[in-house]
Amino acid sequence: MNIAKLHPVDHAAEAMPTDLAGLEAWFDRRLDEKLAEREAAKVPSLAIIATKGTMDMAYPPFILASTAAALGWNASIFFTFYGLELLKKDLDLKVSPLGNPAMPMKMPFGPEWLKRINMPIPNLVAGNLPGFENLATTMMEQTVKAKGVPSIRELRDICVESGVRLVACQMTVDLFNYRQDEFIPEIAEWIGATSYLAEARNADVCLFV
Amino acid sequence: MDAKQTLDARGLNCPLPILRTKKSLSALQPGDTLKVVASDPGSLKDMASFCVQTGNTLLSSAQAGDDYEFVIRKA
Repeated sequence: MNIAKLHPVDHAAEAMPTDLAGLEAWFDRRLDEKLAEREAAKVPSLAIIATKGTMDMAYPPFILASTAAALGWNASIFFTFYGLELLKKDLDLKVSPLGNPAMPMKMPFGPEWLKRINMPIPNLVAGNLPGFENLATTMMEQTVKAKGVPSIRELRDICVESGVRLVACQMTVDLFNYRQDEFIPEIAEWIGATSYLAEARNADVCLFV
Repeated sequence: MDAKQTLDARGLNCPLPILRTKKSLSALQPGDTLKVVASDPGSLKDMASFCVQTGNTLLSSAQAGDDYEFVIRKA
Protein backbone atom coordinates (compact mmCIF):
# COMPACT_ATOMS: atom_id res chain seq x y z
CA MET A 1 0.00 0.00 0.00
CA ASN A 2 1.20 3.44 -0.82
CA ILE A 3 1.76 5.40 2.34
CA ALA A 4 1.53 8.67 0.49
CA LYS A 5 -2.07 7.81 -0.30
CA LEU A 6 -2.90 7.26 3.35
CA HIS A 7 -1.30 10.47 4.42
CA PRO A 8 -2.04 13.08 1.79
CA VAL A 9 0.98 15.25 1.25
CA ASP A 10 -0.83 18.19 2.82
CA HIS A 11 1.27 18.68 5.90
CA ALA A 12 4.62 17.57 4.57
CA ALA A 13 4.72 19.28 1.23
CA GLU A 14 2.83 22.33 2.26
CA ALA A 15 5.49 24.89 2.96
CA MET A 16 5.48 26.16 6.52
CA PRO A 17 3.98 29.62 6.50
CA THR A 18 6.59 32.19 7.28
CA ASP A 19 4.41 35.12 8.22
CA LEU A 20 2.96 35.26 11.75
CA ALA A 21 -0.71 35.25 10.72
CA GLY A 22 -0.18 32.25 8.47
CA LEU A 23 1.74 30.44 11.19
CA GLU A 24 -1.02 31.05 13.72
CA ALA A 25 -3.71 29.79 11.33
CA TRP A 26 -1.62 26.68 10.59
CA PHE A 27 -1.07 26.02 14.27
CA ASP A 28 -4.77 26.45 15.13
CA ARG A 29 -5.76 24.01 12.41
CA ARG A 30 -3.24 21.40 13.58
CA LEU A 31 -4.34 21.83 17.19
CA ASP A 32 -8.00 21.31 16.25
CA GLU A 33 -7.08 18.17 14.31
CA LYS A 34 -5.04 16.78 17.20
CA LEU A 35 -7.74 17.53 19.76
CA ALA A 36 -10.40 15.88 17.60
CA GLU A 37 -8.16 12.83 17.23
CA ARG A 38 -7.65 12.61 20.97
CA GLU A 39 -11.37 13.05 21.64
CA ALA A 40 -12.24 10.25 19.20
CA ALA A 41 -9.73 7.86 20.75
CA LYS A 42 -10.83 8.52 24.32
CA VAL A 43 -12.78 5.94 26.31
CA PRO A 44 -15.41 7.84 28.32
CA SER A 45 -15.49 7.23 32.04
CA LEU A 46 -18.06 7.42 34.83
CA ALA A 47 -17.42 7.78 38.55
CA ILE A 48 -20.32 7.47 40.99
CA ILE A 49 -20.28 8.04 44.72
CA ALA A 50 -23.09 5.98 46.29
CA THR A 51 -24.02 7.09 49.79
CA LYS A 52 -27.55 5.75 50.33
CA GLY A 53 -28.55 2.31 51.49
CA THR A 54 -32.26 2.16 50.71
CA MET A 55 -33.78 0.11 47.92
CA ASP A 56 -34.96 3.13 45.93
CA MET A 57 -31.57 4.83 46.09
CA ALA A 58 -29.74 1.64 45.15
CA TYR A 59 -31.11 1.76 41.62
CA PRO A 60 -29.49 4.89 40.15
CA PRO A 61 -25.83 3.91 40.73
CA PHE A 62 -26.25 0.33 39.51
CA ILE A 63 -28.39 1.26 36.48
CA LEU A 64 -26.08 4.06 35.37
CA ALA A 65 -22.89 2.07 35.90
CA SER A 66 -24.13 -1.08 34.13
CA THR A 67 -25.41 1.00 31.21
CA ALA A 68 -22.12 2.87 30.97
CA ALA A 69 -20.27 -0.46 30.89
CA ALA A 70 -22.60 -1.65 28.11
CA LEU A 71 -21.65 1.47 26.14
CA GLY A 72 -18.00 0.57 26.50
CA TRP A 73 -17.21 3.18 29.17
CA ASN A 74 -14.94 2.68 32.14
CA ALA A 75 -17.24 2.82 35.14
CA SER A 76 -16.60 2.77 38.86
CA ILE A 77 -18.73 3.22 41.97
CA PHE A 78 -17.38 4.33 45.34
CA PHE A 79 -19.62 3.06 48.14
CA THR A 80 -19.49 5.07 51.30
CA PHE A 81 -21.59 5.47 54.45
CA TYR A 82 -24.98 3.76 53.99
CA GLY A 83 -24.04 3.02 50.40
CA LEU A 84 -21.95 0.13 51.75
CA GLU A 85 -25.23 -1.72 52.40
CA LEU A 86 -25.44 -2.21 48.62
CA LEU A 87 -22.32 -4.38 48.73
CA LYS A 88 -23.45 -6.72 51.53
CA LYS A 89 -23.50 -10.43 50.72
CA ASP A 90 -26.99 -10.52 52.22
CA LEU A 91 -28.82 -7.71 50.49
CA ASP A 92 -31.66 -6.63 52.73
CA LEU A 93 -32.60 -3.24 51.36
CA LYS A 94 -35.75 -1.52 52.47
CA VAL A 95 -37.73 1.43 51.26
CA SER A 96 -40.16 3.55 53.25
CA PRO A 97 -42.55 6.41 52.54
CA LEU A 98 -41.58 7.77 55.98
CA GLY A 99 -39.78 11.06 55.36
CA ASN A 100 -40.00 10.27 51.65
CA PRO A 101 -43.09 12.22 50.58
CA ALA A 102 -42.51 11.83 46.83
CA MET A 103 -42.72 8.05 46.98
CA PRO A 104 -45.95 6.93 45.33
CA MET A 105 -47.92 4.34 47.28
CA LYS A 106 -49.73 2.37 44.62
CA MET A 107 -51.00 -1.19 44.46
CA PRO A 108 -48.58 -3.44 42.55
CA PHE A 109 -51.42 -5.71 41.41
CA GLY A 110 -55.14 -5.55 40.72
CA PRO A 111 -57.10 -3.80 38.00
CA GLU A 112 -55.48 -0.91 36.08
CA TRP A 113 -57.69 1.78 37.68
CA LEU A 114 -56.69 0.62 41.16
CA LYS A 115 -52.97 0.53 40.31
CA ARG A 116 -53.15 4.20 39.28
CA ILE A 117 -54.49 5.45 42.60
CA ASN A 118 -51.91 6.98 44.89
CA MET A 119 -52.51 6.38 48.58
CA PRO A 120 -50.25 8.75 50.48
CA ILE A 121 -49.52 7.42 53.96
CA PRO A 122 -49.23 9.96 56.79
CA ASN A 123 -45.86 9.84 58.57
CA LEU A 124 -47.76 9.13 61.78
CA VAL A 125 -48.94 5.83 60.32
CA ALA A 126 -45.78 4.96 58.38
CA GLY A 127 -43.67 5.64 61.44
CA ASN A 128 -45.77 3.93 64.08
CA LEU A 129 -47.44 0.97 62.44
CA PRO A 130 -45.25 -2.06 63.13
CA GLY A 131 -44.09 -3.77 59.94
CA PHE A 132 -45.06 -0.86 57.71
CA GLU A 133 -41.58 -0.59 56.19
CA ASN A 134 -41.66 -4.26 55.28
CA LEU A 135 -45.06 -3.83 53.66
CA ALA A 136 -43.88 -0.84 51.62
CA THR A 137 -40.75 -2.75 50.59
CA THR A 138 -42.73 -5.81 49.50
CA MET A 139 -45.06 -3.60 47.46
CA MET A 140 -42.13 -1.90 45.77
CA GLU A 141 -40.46 -5.26 45.03
CA GLN A 142 -43.64 -6.56 43.44
CA THR A 143 -44.07 -3.42 41.36
CA VAL A 144 -40.48 -3.68 40.14
CA LYS A 145 -40.96 -7.30 39.19
CA ALA A 146 -44.28 -6.68 37.43
CA LYS A 147 -42.74 -3.87 35.37
CA GLY A 148 -39.77 -5.93 34.20
CA VAL A 149 -37.24 -3.77 36.06
CA PRO A 150 -34.32 -5.87 37.32
CA SER A 151 -33.78 -6.45 41.03
CA ILE A 152 -30.84 -4.79 42.77
CA ARG A 153 -29.08 -8.13 43.11
CA GLU A 154 -29.48 -8.76 39.38
CA LEU A 155 -28.15 -5.30 38.50
CA ARG A 156 -25.23 -5.71 40.88
CA ASP A 157 -24.35 -9.05 39.26
CA ILE A 158 -24.47 -7.42 35.82
CA CYS A 159 -22.17 -4.65 37.07
CA VAL A 160 -19.69 -7.24 38.35
CA GLU A 161 -19.88 -9.25 35.11
CA SER A 162 -19.44 -6.21 32.89
CA GLY A 163 -16.37 -5.00 34.75
CA VAL A 164 -17.72 -2.06 36.72
CA ARG A 165 -15.09 -1.29 39.37
CA LEU A 166 -16.72 -1.51 42.79
CA VAL A 167 -14.71 0.25 45.48
CA ALA A 168 -15.61 0.56 49.13
CA CYS A 169 -14.86 3.13 51.78
CA GLN A 170 -12.46 1.81 54.41
CA MET A 171 -13.41 4.45 56.97
CA THR A 172 -17.10 3.46 56.91
CA VAL A 173 -16.28 -0.14 57.78
CA ASP A 174 -14.40 1.00 60.85
CA LEU A 175 -17.03 3.61 61.71
CA PHE A 176 -19.97 1.22 61.72
CA ASN A 177 -18.03 -1.79 63.03
CA TYR A 178 -18.59 -3.87 59.92
CA ARG A 179 -16.38 -6.81 59.02
CA GLN A 180 -14.96 -6.99 55.50
CA ASP A 181 -16.24 -10.56 55.16
CA GLU A 182 -19.83 -9.32 55.34
CA PHE A 183 -19.34 -7.88 51.86
CA ILE A 184 -19.12 -9.46 48.42
CA PRO A 185 -15.63 -10.56 47.42
CA GLU A 186 -15.90 -8.74 44.07
CA ILE A 187 -15.01 -5.44 45.74
CA ALA A 188 -11.92 -4.28 43.87
CA GLU A 189 -10.41 -2.22 46.65
CA TRP A 190 -11.00 -0.70 50.08
CA ILE A 191 -9.91 2.88 49.80
CA GLY A 192 -10.39 6.36 51.19
CA ALA A 193 -11.49 9.74 49.88
CA THR A 194 -8.00 10.65 48.68
CA SER A 195 -7.70 7.61 46.43
CA TYR A 196 -11.19 7.88 44.99
CA LEU A 197 -10.90 11.58 44.26
CA ALA A 198 -7.75 10.86 42.29
CA GLU A 199 -9.78 8.41 40.20
CA ALA A 200 -12.89 10.60 39.90
CA ARG A 201 -10.81 13.59 38.85
CA ASN A 202 -10.32 12.14 35.39
CA ALA A 203 -13.90 10.97 34.90
CA ASP A 204 -16.06 12.55 32.22
CA VAL A 205 -19.18 12.04 34.31
CA CYS A 206 -19.02 12.18 38.09
CA LEU A 207 -22.17 11.74 40.17
CA PHE A 208 -23.02 11.82 43.85
CA VAL A 209 -26.01 9.65 44.69
CA MET B 1 -35.36 -8.46 7.64
CA ASP B 2 -33.55 -11.69 8.40
CA ALA B 3 -31.03 -11.44 11.18
CA LYS B 4 -28.44 -13.95 12.27
CA GLN B 5 -29.81 -13.96 15.80
CA THR B 6 -32.91 -12.69 17.57
CA LEU B 7 -33.10 -11.34 21.09
CA ASP B 8 -36.48 -11.32 22.79
CA ALA B 9 -36.37 -8.45 25.28
CA ARG B 10 -40.13 -8.14 25.66
CA GLY B 11 -41.33 -7.53 29.20
CA LEU B 12 -37.95 -6.10 30.23
CA ASN B 13 -37.52 -2.52 31.32
CA CYS B 14 -34.64 -0.03 31.34
CA PRO B 15 -31.75 -0.77 31.33
CA LEU B 16 -32.15 -4.50 30.64
CA PRO B 17 -32.96 -4.33 26.89
CA ILE B 18 -29.68 -2.45 26.28
CA LEU B 19 -27.65 -4.68 28.59
CA ARG B 20 -28.98 -7.84 26.93
CA THR B 21 -28.39 -6.36 23.49
CA LYS B 22 -24.78 -5.64 24.40
CA LYS B 23 -24.39 -9.21 25.68
CA SER B 24 -25.92 -10.75 22.54
CA LEU B 25 -23.77 -8.57 20.29
CA SER B 26 -20.56 -9.62 22.00
CA ALA B 27 -21.28 -13.24 21.04
CA LEU B 28 -21.56 -12.29 17.34
CA GLN B 29 -18.93 -11.64 14.69
CA PRO B 30 -18.39 -8.19 13.12
CA GLY B 31 -20.88 -7.76 10.27
CA ASP B 32 -23.45 -10.12 11.81
CA THR B 33 -26.92 -8.79 12.39
CA LEU B 34 -29.01 -8.99 15.54
CA LYS B 35 -32.75 -8.49 15.73
CA VAL B 36 -34.06 -7.19 19.04
CA VAL B 37 -37.73 -7.23 19.98
CA ALA B 38 -38.59 -5.04 22.97
CA SER B 39 -41.73 -3.76 24.65
CA ASP B 40 -40.12 -0.90 26.57
CA PRO B 41 -41.07 2.37 24.78
CA GLY B 42 -37.83 3.91 26.10
CA SER B 43 -35.85 1.44 24.00
CA LEU B 44 -36.75 3.40 20.86
CA LYS B 45 -34.44 6.26 21.81
CA ASP B 46 -32.02 4.20 23.88
CA MET B 47 -31.26 1.71 21.11
CA ALA B 48 -30.43 4.53 18.68
CA SER B 49 -28.20 6.19 21.26
CA PHE B 50 -26.54 2.88 22.13
CA CYS B 51 -25.68 2.26 18.47
CA VAL B 52 -24.30 5.78 17.93
CA GLN B 53 -22.08 5.48 21.01
CA THR B 54 -20.82 1.97 20.36
CA GLY B 55 -20.29 2.31 16.61
CA ASN B 56 -22.74 -0.45 15.72
CA THR B 57 -25.19 0.24 12.90
CA LEU B 58 -28.91 0.47 13.55
CA LEU B 59 -30.24 -0.88 10.25
CA SER B 60 -33.88 -0.53 11.16
CA SER B 61 -36.06 0.60 14.02
CA ALA B 62 -39.81 0.10 13.82
CA GLN B 63 -42.92 -0.24 15.90
CA ALA B 64 -44.76 -3.53 15.45
CA GLY B 65 -48.03 -3.50 17.33
CA ASP B 66 -47.20 -2.95 21.00
CA ASP B 67 -43.59 -3.96 20.45
CA TYR B 68 -40.51 -2.37 18.94
CA GLU B 69 -38.20 -4.14 16.52
CA PHE B 70 -34.60 -3.24 15.90
CA VAL B 71 -32.02 -4.70 13.56
CA ILE B 72 -28.42 -3.96 14.45
CA ARG B 73 -25.27 -4.78 12.50
CA LYS B 74 -22.26 -5.40 14.67
CA ALA B 75 -19.28 -3.16 13.96
